[in-house]
Amino acid sequence: MNPSDLATEALARSRGPATPGAGSPPRVLILGYGNPGRQDDGLGPAASAEIEALGWPNVTAYDNYQLNIEDALDLAEHDIVWFVDAARAGPSPFAIETLEPAATLEFTSHLVRPEAILAMAQQYYGAAPQAFLLGIRGYAFEFLEGLTPAATNNLQLAVAMLKRCIGARHPLVAS
Amino acid sequence: MSDIHVDLGQAPPARASSGPRKIVIDPVTRVEGHGKVTIRLNEAGEVEQARFHIVEFRGFERFIQGRMYWEVPVIVQRLCGICPVSHHLCAAKAMDIVAGVDRVTPTADKMRRLMHYGQVLQSNALNFFHLASPDLLLGFEAPVAQRNIVGVIEAFPEVGKWAILIRKFGQQVIAATGGRRIHPRLCIPGGVNQNLTVENRDALRGDVDQIIQWCCDALELHKRFVHAHEALHETFASFPSSYMSLVGADGAMELYDGGLRAIAAAGTPIFEGVRPEQYRDYLIEEVRSWSYMKFPHIRSLGREDGWYRVGPLAQINCCAFIGTPIAEAARKDFMAQGGGGPVHATLAYHWARVISMIHCAETIKQLLFDDDLQGADLVVTGDRRPEGVAIIEAPRGTLLHHYQVDENDQVTMANLIVSTTNNNEAMNRSVTKVAMDDLSGHEITEGLLNHIEVAIRAYDPCLSCATHALGDMPLVVTLEDADGAVIATRVKE
Repeated sequence: MNPSDLATEALARSRGPATPGAGSPPRVLILGYGNPGRQDDGLGPAASAEIEALGWPNVTAYDNYQLNIEDALDLAEHDIVWFVDAARAGPSPFAIETLEPAATLEFTSHLVRPEAILAMAQQYYGAAPQAFLLGIRGYAFEFLEGLTPAATNNLQLAVAMLKRCIGARHPLVAS
Repeated sequence: MSDIHVDLGQAPPARASSGPRKIVIDPVTRVEGHGKVTIRLNEAGEVEQARFHIVEFRGFERFIQGRMYWEVPVIVQRLCGICPVSHHLCAAKAMDIVAGVDRVTPTADKMRRLMHYGQVLQSNALNFFHLASPDLLLGFEAPVAQRNIVGVIEAFPEVGKWAILIRKFGQQVIAATGGRRIHPRLCIPGGVNQNLTVENRDALRGDVDQIIQWCCDALELHKRFVHAHEALHETFASFPSSYMSLVGADGAMELYDGGLRAIAAAGTPIFEGVRPEQYRDYLIEEVRSWSYMKFPHIRSLGREDGWYRVGPLAQINCCAFIGTPIAEAARKDFMAQGGGGPVHATLAYHWARVISMIHCAETIKQLLFDDDLQGADLVVTGDRRPEGVAIIEAPRGTLLHHYQVDENDQVTMANLIVSTTNNNEAMNRSVTKVAMDDLSGHEITEGLLNHIEVAIRAYDPCLSCATHALGDMPLVVTLEDADGAVIATRVKE
């Protein structure tokens, strides 16, 4: 599937039923995660930084090294959530997956999955935002700063797709 | 969702034992490092030894080389997604020495302590509530589909609130001290770059008593598990060991600064009052061919006997008392389990972790009522030195940073001993104990997998956690015969 098709598919998915207040734009959260000190692992934070820089109302973007359970609080306050991570394998420039709440138990606290955060938001706060996992393809993950050129290109395409998807659901942005 | 796949289709016919066999548990982790458990059987088919293989931070040590020394406290936060603040503070303490500063101002010292105790509180809360409570509150044998934090919330609705809001409070402490909750930048060599605003202080004051109460409630809940499963708690993955942690000059539990104390399994001192710069006189970092991790051990006891445990269990076993009242009462209750000596139960890591949470919350409250946090004297300077070593008690235990800096202010050498490295041998022994207790025949049962994971969770090892690219994280268990042929493979996604 080419980038245009992926974006179209994501746009269609994001047009599904959400439950924002009547007449108000949906509240969108972009949660990028990864380590900018490990080359392309910084794709998630880079994507969230680009969205944050737009300053769009009703769109919140932040990043972290990894997901944490208290992110459930932020999820519960939004209608649409995009988890943005680097992908070590899979299609270029990016892949999109619809997420459903699903709790898991790992053997280390150094891994908290987005599905688990969704499950906590749903279980404890009764919140069920539409959620997508955007995996932007990366290629190098050594102890170096800066994205590779190929990953930078993938980032640009992924951010463009995010802007279209957010704008389509967001009257203030679309205007 | 966890899925267990059992594949016996490729297994050769079982053969009579003809030599050592291996069971390999290989989690190809979502993070960059791979973890793998290898269980070696002897000629009689009994468990002889188990090894838990993980990757550590040597690549990162090279990454630091060439950096300007004042950049390092910020850069090292990229080591760990769970405890970046611990690395930030430990590097800052080491660079204080490099900057020629032996003592920072009271405001700087207390700002750092406030940040540190907020970090330890929220990290321990993540381990206890998210990782440990499903095993402890729902039972080791509860179905995998329910044995997770959501299952805990269903059975104990209040626990979910404690988990999220204690974590949130810890993050607020970090944000108030470091300017933001993510990538905080409080420390600079010789001090800090901000004090605590009255607005932030008052907001945190408003919440801290509730946080202390929730930590106490979590302790009572955990003790109910302990008392309902006393034999299990005492013996699971357990063995006598030495312990090491920082303690204060008066013997108090000390997480930010102090001297290193090590005690033997009987509680007798091995060394104490060791300053960070003396660490190589007391510890040796050994490299073994089969592991990327170093094996630090106590020099005077040698390679075979010098291993030890660090982390919350060690912090409580090593200290003479805790300087906050509720945690001290909890410590006395805890230590009664040891019959006058250290508590050796591996599952007691969790009990100790909750006591540490109480201590952190109490300490945060004390600091919030200390006017030094609003002081304006933030930084001191001194004459540059070529080397700095610092030690801090991170959530998982003793963390050491050692740097050498040249005349151009660039780092020429970095050596880190992280908490998980200190616990390396102990984790191997806990997995060995589980395998000895649970392995029967050639079948890698779900019960064995579960118990190995429970043992590892007690230590909550850091798996070179600074990379989080998308990928799978299966737990692969392979049973091999003496010739290396696979008898059975089991994969837990």
